Amino acid sequence: MFTVEFEPWMITAILPEISVIVLAALILIIDLALPEERRKNLGWITAVGLVLALVLGLIFSRPGEQLRLMWGGMLSQDWLGFTFRMVFLFAAAMTALFSIDLPRLGERGEYYVLMLASTLGMMLMASSADLIMLYLAIETTSIPLYVLAGFLIKDDKSTESGFKYFLFGAMTSAIMLYGFSLLYGFTGATNIYMIAMQLFNGAAPAAPLIGVLILILVGFGFKISAVPLHFWAPDVYEGAPTPIAGFLSTASKAAGFAVLLRVLISAFPMLAPYWGAVIAALATATMTLGNLLALAQKNIKRMLAYSSIAHAGYAMIGVVALSYLGTASVVFYLIVYVVTNLAAFGTVAAVGRITGSDEIASYAGLSRRSPWLALALMVAFLSLAGMPPFGGFVVKFAVFASAVQANMIWLAVIGVLNSIVGLYYYLTVLKYVYLYRSEDENKPLPVPWSYKFGLTVLCLGIILIGTVFAPWISLSASAAAALF
Amino acid sequence: MQFPILSVIVFTPIIAAILILLIPAERKTEVRVTALAAAIIAMLLSVWVYFSYDIPAGGYQFTEQYNWLPQLGITFFVGIDGMSAPLVLLTGIVMVTGVLISWGVDDRPREFFFFLFILATGVFGVFVALDLFMLFFFYEIAVFPMYLLIAIWGWKETREYAAMKLTLYLFIGSVVALVGALAMFFASGIGTFNMLELEKVGFTPEFQRLWFPFVFFGFAVLGGIFPFHNWSPDGHVAAPTAVSMFHAGVLMKLGAFAALRVGIMLLPEGAKMWMPWIILLTLVNVVYGAFIASVQTDFKYVIGFSSVSHMGLVAMGFAALNRDGLLGAGLQMFSHGVMTALFFAVVGMVYDRAHTREIPRLGGFRLVMPLVTLAFIVGGLVSMGMPGFSGFIAEFPIFMGVWAVQPWIAIVAAISIVVTASYIIRIIGRVFFGQLPEEFGGHVSDVTVMDKVAVVFLSTVLIVLGVYPAIMVNLVESGVNNVLRLLGGA
Repeated sequence: MFTVEFEPWMITAILPEISVIVLAALILIIDLALPEERRKNLGWITAVGLVLALVLGLIFSRPGEQLRLMWGGMLSQDWLGFTFRMVFLFAAAMTALFSIDLPRLGERGEYYVLMLASTLGMMLMASSADLIMLYLAIETTSIPLYVLAGFLIKDDKSTESGFKYFLFGAMTSAIMLYGFSLLYGFTGATNIYMIAMQLFNGAAPAAPLIGVLILILVGFGFKISAVPLHFWAPDVYEGAPTPIAGFLSTASKAAGFAVLLRVLISAFPMLAPYWGAVIAALATATMTLGNLLALAQKNIKRMLAYSSIAHAGYAMIGVVALSYLGTASVVFYLIVYVVTNLAAFGTVAAVGRITGSDEIASYAGLSRRSPWLALALMVAFLSLAGMPPFGGFVVKFAVFASAVQANMIWLAVIGVLNSIVGLYYYLTVLKYVYLYRSEDENKPLPVPWSYKFGLTVLCLGIILIGTVFAPWISLSASAAAALF
Repeated sequence: MQFPILSVIVFTPIIAAILILLIPAERKTEVRVTALAAAIIAMLLSVWVYFSYDIPAGGYQFTEQYNWLPQLGITFFVGIDGMSAPLVLLTGIVMVTGVLISWGVDDRPREFFFFLFILATGVFGVFVALDLFMLFFFYEIAVFPMYLLIAIWGWKETREYAAMKLTLYLFIGSVVALVGALAMFFASGIGTFNMLELEKVGFTPEFQRLWFPFVFFGFAVLGGIFPFHNWSPDGHVAAPTAVSMFHAGVLMKLGAFAALRVGIMLLPEGAKMWMPWIILLTLVNVVYGAFIASVQTDFKYVIGFSSVSHMGLVAMGFAALNRDGLLGAGLQMFSHGVMTALFFAVVGMVYDRAHTREIPRLGGFRLVMPLVTLAFIVGGLVSMGMPGFSGFIAEFPIFMGVWAVQPWIAIVAAISIVVTASYIIRIIGRVFFGQLPEEFGGHVSDVTVMDKVAVVFLSTVLIVLGVYPAIMVNLVESGVNNVLRLLGGA
């Protein structure tokens, strides 16, 4: 398993990554060739290219039953990584679609290239099996995202957002790197599976390892915006271009979870009682704080930021359960969450580009201005609130079920109570959309094709996952099987 | 393979809802006609199912089972027994009359019927569900559209408050019950949500006693049980007419029915331990609800609290845990559903014309709407439990059943009959008889044909059931046998 020579299958295994790099290079070249007024097409090319990469991946890169290490043990080929990589490709394609019709964003080639670079980083994060690769992947993801968050340089809020994200990110990633180096010191290995073996053989006492684990969790906690490392999220989401905020809250967060699952479960199984307790406490704090702070928000992007913090908390319930069902439910949760939150941010972007405001009050009368956009927002928000027949219901059910199965009924009860708080603020927004009237309600709200297409796909996806859930849960279960 | 009639009933409203959404918003008449057609189809199918149920055979009939999520033992599993068949019929009836009454909705009728029909799908789904997961799935589908229906089309004064209160109450109830359901799933060790299998597991008495209150109260919130009834009068009053009809007529039965199916039938030992205490709460429901109703001056609040009182009788019949009590409760769910739908329809008609619901300001409506007055009197007689009307055949067994358990509770509860009679007669006297106030002089007109069809239809059902109770009693009795089997023939 550990001394792996190069074999040809390793090329096809990373075909999606290769396609993303090729696509990024293509975009750079086409950007030079296209006249300025036609550069919007870059967005369509990016989206189509990403979907092609996804299809190529589905056809050629499917992993086998067994986990296989490749490229000198740097990457692992398994269903966990594969599932997440496909999710990232999908999320990036949707983000590209939502960016096309935004001014000062959609016609910039470098915007799409940065996004592709970050996507590449996430894909590597999900399958890295080595601390060095993992760190590089995390940085490849983060650095383009810092730039993207501050992409609108004439907008103070966006600049602030990029800078804040950068400061927080650099700090936590340094702490995490320190944890990695200590881990190397204890075990003499950088490969996650090698470390697991060393630890199993008693390479290090438990007490300092727990310290190391906490250092590493700081880095992961930042990525998934878990309390107390959540402070950046509302400010960054508010200032960043809306599609990028959506990308941060979905793909980037899912990538954080992929890494969290793999490192905790594969490398530290013996310490599970300790980190289980830590994650349980974090999950409780994250859900509760996220939901309570979301109640007070007047800006929809800030509200979604707190809601996405709360959702990280729900997903962590499945991590705590530390079971096959628990891990499968985390993966399933993230799939649904990515699709749902992309729809939410996509709608916010579509509304914001016309109204020029992200205040919740500016959503008054939306159902009269654009009934279909209102419906898309309703589908997304109800799914976030965990209502059937949308995906959100099934995954909440699965996560709470895993908590009950692990005999952590208290955690399920906290989750359940939190979901009630969540329902309240989602309904509040829908109240503006459907009930309140505004002076602008007769002004049309044109929705370009990119949004129509993207939102339709996402909303149908939410309903599809919420009604026909067996294939999705099989997929998540095989992803979970890679860790058990 | 037999025709999947129950699935068709469940999905008719949602397919209609999607079709309605595709009609351009300006074509309001087409929207209404489509809605009516779908409602009639659903009702005819439910009538057909009701009358083709084979009573001597008993048990669950028209069952269909499809794999939904085999990994967790979740199936799409439907079927009806003597308890649920009348409720499916009730939903069909309320759906048709609700559409007729809402003919005049002019603000975004497309969205109105869309949400109303999603609600209807949820309700049908719960009544026919034999899988615990499926029951929750449809239960929450039924709860949510209420929020928008009340908040958008409701009474301007209180709609936002009432809609949020209602949704949060019901959602809290359902998620609390959900935790109980998950506990059952894992404790059973058989890895299925199939309720017929879970019935046979025989959970330990300690387990049942611990979890019964979670499951029972979680659902009974929607049944309006004291002290969790508070959302209901506010919700009824704020809702637009058709939604009040659905809400009091069908949705509250959803809570009571789920409390029976999941609480009492899956955790019978828990029920036996808790019911002597729960019956006290239901007594409060019945008597306190009736007294509160009698001091209201708002016409709609009177009916709202009368629902609390009458739904208390349903829960009281359950709590008796014997043949008479359960039989009465099963009949009362249907009878009250039709009766309260009729009441709310009439309240809506009066309000639409008078623009007030203050009883002292109303009067003499018999002069403008004689047919509606007659219908209201029929409903009133049902409500008082007058022999010859459906209320009598429902309430009488409940009192008999309760007498067998705790005679003094039956005696105290009987006070409610007197109080009910007093407020119903007061309303009939004040609102429909006497002088028509001058302010309503010229401009108050009789109701439309659609309205007349609806109220006549509802009153006919109440009278038919009253004079020929065998049409339903035998059926419900076969359902009661099913419940008693699980209670150990108590």
